[in-house]
Amino acid sequence: MKVHLSHPTRDVVIQGPKRVADIFKELNLIPEAFLIIRGQDLMTEDETVADGDSIEIRPVISGG
Amino acid sequence: MRCRKCPKRAVLGLPRHNTAFCGDCLTEFLRTQVQRAIKAQQMFSPEDRILVAVSGGKDSLTLWEILLKLGYRVDALYVDLGIPGYSSRSKEKVEQFAKLVAEPCGSQLTIHTVEEDAGAGIKELANLIKRPTCSACGTIKRYQFNRVAWQNHYDVMATGHNLDDEAARLLGNVLQWQEEYLQKQSPSLPASVEGFAKKVKPLYRMTEREIAAYAVVNRIDYLVEECPMAKGAKMLVYKDALNRLEAESPGTKQRFYWGFLDRQEKSSSVAPSMSEIDQTTLQPCIVCRQPTTAVTCSFCRMMARAKTAVK
Ligand code: SF4
Ligand SMILES: [Zn+2]
Ligand SMILES: [Zn+2]
Repeated sequence: MKVHLSHPTRDVVIQGPKRVADIFKELNLIPEAFLIIRGQDLMTEDETVADGDSIEIRPVISGG
Repeated sequence: MRCRKCPKRAVLGLPRHNTAFCGDCLTEFLRTQVQRAIKAQQMFSPEDRILVAVSGGKDSLTLWEILLKLGYRVDALYVDLGIPGYSSRSKEKVEQFAKLVAEPCGSQLTIHTVEEDAGAGIKELANLIKRPTCSACGTIKRYQFNRVAWQNHYDVMATGHNLDDEAARLLGNVLQWQEEYLQKQSPSLPASVEGFAKKVKPLYRMTEREIAAYAVVNRIDYLVEECPMAKGAKMLVYKDALNRLEAESPGTKQRFYWGFLDRQEKSSSVAPSMSEIDQTTLQPCIVCRQPTTAVTCSFCRMMARAKTAVK
């Protein structure tokens, strides 16, 4: 699957299918600081991303 | 995961409330929480005119949208800081939201451009007067927000500060024992001497993640990109630490900040209130008449220094 990340903007490829919670673990990210978006929809941590999917892991923490 | 309120698929888990919501129930939840914040902190009534400071980010645009949906009389102010690239992209998001969502509801956007007013963008200004960009920026944003609210007779000034912002700020203030700042950390500060409108933070009960989720669900097109000056800010370190604690023990952030507010409320009967302190220390700036603790306000002093630096 293709994973789009921000700050800095980059794309990584991960082997799927994989649960959202496991993607967080694999990338060493805290769920509380991100949203997972597939297309225009949010995904919860128990959902599975298929290998052919593209997702965005969007940071929600701002510096101000 | 299913929504805990209806049979639909959940789009967000909220561990701190041990629940999960679908898009519609999440929307309902945030609007209810904002309404509850407004009531609990006596922020404003439906008659009051509110000015929201917007940056193009998720918090301020979401706040503007929720206040409109709740039927409040709200307009917005955007300060164009003149930061290459970032400022034009954030302004575009704000203008787009204004046109598509706010204006049809009769809500107006005011834009203040720092470069037109001061002759230079925020970075050059800060360089001229040898101050960190964020500190000069804070002075300018606060000043213009006050000025626009005052000149246009708004009753209340609202900002998009959320639970993460307030908990991180509290952590910072406690770690340094900055007691004088602790006093000002209320989500609702009363109007003080003439010239300062009331200041409120209606999103103080919501986490950043919940607000971002609301924005995605409600198709609020905000700027994900951060201001380039924010890199390495202390706040981010505090937020990260709090989120690690939150992951171990959901509800940590709200217990920390709301617990502080409860204690503050209990002790406020003995200590002099913020407005009492303000009344005794604030006076009109001799240049611009805005309230200040000095003879000349920090904005006018900054502008004077910038002018002499150019000469
Ligand atoms: S990060 Fe600094 S320069 Fe950028 S908007 Fe915030 S205060 Fe201003
Ligand atoms: Zn639901
Ligand atoms: Zn002044």
